[in-house]
Amino acid sequence: MSVFSFFTRTRSAPVARDRLQILLAHERALSGRADLAAILREEILAVIAKHVSIDPEKVNVKLERGDHVSTLEVNVEMLDLAKVGAE
Amino acid sequence: MSKVMVVTSGKGGVGKTTSSASLGAALAQSGQNVVLIDFDVGLRNLDLVMGAERRVVFDLVNVVQGDAKLPQALIRDKRIETLSLLPASQTRDKDALTEDGVQKVIEELREKFDWIICDSPAGIEKGAQLAMRFADMAVVVTNPEVSSVRDSDRIIGMLDSKTLRAENGDNFEKHLLLTRYSAARAARGEMLNVKDVLEILAIPLLGIVPESPDVLNASNLGCPVTLHNPESVAAKAYLEAARRLCGEKLEVVEPVERKSLMGRLFGRKAAMA
Repeated sequence: MSVFSFFTRTRSAPVARDRLQILLAHERALSGRADLAAILREEILAVIAKHVSIDPEKVNVKLERGDHVSTLEVNVEMLDLAKVGAE
Repeated sequence: MSKVMVVTSGKGGVGKTTSSASLGAALAQSGQNVVLIDFDVGLRNLDLVMGAERRVVFDLVNVVQGDAKLPQALIRDKRIETLSLLPASQTRDKDALTEDGVQKVIEELREKFDWIICDSPAGIEKGAQLAMRFADMAVVVTNPEVSSVRDSDRIIGMLDSKTLRAENGDNFEKHLLLTRYSAARAARGEMLNVKDVLEILAIPLLGIVPESPDVLNASNLGCPVTLHNPESVAAKAYLEAARRLCGEKLEVVEPVERKSLMGRLFGRKAAMA
């Protein structure tokens, strides 16, 4: 550590406080429905499966939380869409 | 009127057992009848911290399962006669406890004691849920550190939803005990300060226990710090917290660390007050 860095010591506590405040705001909003992504996955799949046969292993549900908006991304691989179309 | 108080935190290693022992001893030192229950089945330690590890015959699981009567399992403290301990089992796991069994034990203890202090295991699973289930109030032990604060927030949410009182729509009293606090590091902005933690967790402050060698020393000797070294900063913090639990309006004073000139130059703590 140089002599200079002694005077410009980083103050990490304010960063800790801000990170906690953002994180806990999200976690409190989600408490009680902690498995939101799992519930959405289940219900969306049930709807799709009514019309198209799908492989549950080839489904990817991603819930991304941002500061202002959260996004839900659902990727479903539909193998036999050609067959469905031909019916 | 007896009070059932759970000492909890979510995170492990923040000082639940030390705080249970110290608050229990402090309350008993003021003449009240206190029983400490160790809910950490499989990983008991309250017996060790209380210096009673060689006197354990029966435990909480034995009583819950009807293999022993409650008075047989209670260990009376040798130094404070109004203090008792109900140890956890070391050889069983948390599934050995049942909700009905725990409720019966607590009801029976309510008849004899002013304070029933439940030392919760870490985590949010069955053991921790049973420790808080029948409580009237909680002491949430938190270190000024991000993971501890996050886990405390989670536990506060559970106290407000999973306790019997909360389910009955009653208000659940919660107190924050900030432990391992270093005033000097907080002042330098290297550690979350009291104000930060209080703002985030938003529950009333019961006390601030400074990081202190006396705490480790006391547990090495198997004697609560309030008894072993009542003049130490940590003991004073616990003794004052106990008075606040009894309803005394004592202001919480943030500890200050004093450093001698040599201490300042070499970064060593010369004295703490």
